[in-house]
Amino acid sequence: MSGPSTYEPKSGFTRWLDSRLPIIRLGWDSFVDFPTPRNLNYWWTFGGILAVFLVIQIVTGIILAMHYVPHELYAFDSVERIRRDVNYGWMIQSMHANGASFFFVAVYLHMFRGLYYGSYKAPREVLWILGVVIYLLMMATAFMGYVLPWGQMSYWGAIVITNLVAAVPFVGDAIREWLWGGFSVGQSTLNRFFSLHYLLPFIIAGVVGLHIWALHVPGNGNPVGLEARKGDDNKKDTLPFHPYYTVKDAFAILVYLMVFCVFVFFLPNVLGHADNFIEANPLSTPAHIVPEWYFLPFYAILRAVTFDIGPIDAKLGGVLAMFGAIAILFVLPWLDTSKVRSMRYRPLTRWFFGFFVVAALGLGWCGAKNPDDYVLGMTGFKFLYLGQFLTLYYFAYFLVILPVMGIVEKPKKRPASIEAAVLGTA
Amino acid sequence: MTEANGALGEDGQEPSRRDFIYIAAGGMAAVGGGLVVWPFIDQMNPAADTLALGSIRVDVSQLLPGSEMTVMWRGAPVFIRHRTEEEIAEARNVELSDLPDQDARNENAGMEGVPAIDANRVLRSEFLIVKGNCTHLGCVPTSQETNAGGEYDAWYCPCHGSHYDKSARIRRGPAPENLPVPDYFFETEAVVKLGLSDDESAIAGWTVA
Repeated sequence: MSGPSTYEPKSGFTRWLDSRLPIIRLGWDSFVDFPTPRNLNYWWTFGGILAVFLVIQIVTGIILAMHYVPHELYAFDSVERIRRDVNYGWMIQSMHANGASFFFVAVYLHMFRGLYYGSYKAPREVLWILGVVIYLLMMATAFMGYVLPWGQMSYWGAIVITNLVAAVPFVGDAIREWLWGGFSVGQSTLNRFFSLHYLLPFIIAGVVGLHIWALHVPGNGNPVGLEARKGDDNKKDTLPFHPYYTVKDAFAILVYLMVFCVFVFFLPNVLGHADNFIEANPLSTPAHIVPEWYFLPFYAILRAVTFDIGPIDAKLGGVLAMFGAIAILFVLPWLDTSKVRSMRYRPLTRWFFGFFVVAALGLGWCGAKNPDDYVLGMTGFKFLYLGQFLTLYYFAYFLVILPVMGIVEKPKKRPASIEAAVLGTA
Repeated sequence: MTEANGALGEDGQEPSRRDFIYIAAGGMAAVGGGLVVWPFIDQMNPAADTLALGSIRVDVSQLLPGSEMTVMWRGAPVFIRHRTEEEIAEARNVELSDLPDQDARNENAGMEGVPAIDANRVLRSEFLIVKGNCTHLGCVPTSQETNAGGEYDAWYCPCHGSHYDKSARIRRGPAPENLPVPDYFFETEAVVKLGLSDDESAIAGWTVA
């Protein structure tokens, strides 16, 4: 933690405990008297929101597991029973299903915040990489969780995604059979997905611990991208986490939970898919298999590769592009050559960033559509082509724009300190 | 190490007995670790009862020419089509060079890697039997039975637009391979057995055309 500890045990018991297990001191230094830049805006509240949603998902998930039956013959009915017969099951199931979506909304805003304000740059590379690890774990957890209700989209989503593995040269088929535990997605697959879906959130919680640890070494970034000054000036640049940011985070969490409640109670199925109210049927494929909304941009990238690239066939190429779209985030700290963290002071790059956000949303739109349909009815302009263009931009942003802009762009003048930025005396 | 082939270590010293013991112990630990881990990985592979359910028998005597049936085998669909003379002729009137995938994808013994001509994909030319999951991402293609057979009026995968022909070979679209032919033989004139033992494979009657 930055700076010496200010915790002073007050009672005999806390003094006794502090010399044996300084856990109150750890909490105090991390969440009470933790010096936090005084200029954080509301984009910095999503970390706290995410922590709340991890807890919501784990608590509702443990409860659902008390009533859910991981069997291909009973899984679908057991979820319907939870929704209809179990006391408050309708609410808890809705919280869990919609909680996943709200978890992803928050994580995407959290990630875009990091991209805009350069939160991934030195000395926070490990913090960023741990975040990408959490995101990958979230994706695996959400995918397996979506299979559990054993509806048509559950089943066919599992078929499509597990078939991606078969694109791996030579050993793909063997790995796929190993994942399935049979000759197709079936009982063995459902049972192991349930086991892993229960396990992974606790792994996520562990990596979140590392993420917060890595955050508390350098401290928070902030909108102007300057480090808080050390020594006596530190107090001018920072505020104690409590009460300033506990209150700000709590307010944001409450607002976010209010929107969450609108979905849980009034629009419980809006984010779901009608086909998932039909029980899984291995003999009938739904007309359009679409993943949950939070995977759509990557689904569009997967489908954008429709051509062979040298020895790599289109199918393997699509899989590599999709995983590459996430893997590239791991090396982002070394792709961005600019020393300026915040896009506020990068007049050109912030426009490229703006279009990157549009591209990510546009890829989501492409992922939801049939690739052979026309964009806004414009004959000839297929969603496939839009998806290919946006995929190209997605990769170009990381591989060309960020490395080049750091060299050619002349950043705007930055304030002298966080204090100067807040007081407007820059 | 003997002096005859004794390379010197980084510090200019000859490797000692201790170095040997160190490497040998480390190697044993790695092998032992692998042996311990393997059961925990292999438990996810198909279990014995899953493998034992690997065979089924299907009566095809009621299947009229020009119609087809879909049976569940190993948790996935298999298409069995009784083809008409016209369909057989159409399937055989295709140049090998017109096929994106020129491997017959026939999983029967002795049929590995044979050319994808129609005769290499059927045991009796009137019965075409193929696995019913698109080789792209596993959707079940729609069929000419429901007037949704695609460009070749045979099978079409609606998920990402793969067109298969009268021999269930990929002709256009993202699917990389022909629909595979499972291992089967005609136990009697009317009964097809899917999933063969080694003894049955030996008498199944598959020959390369």
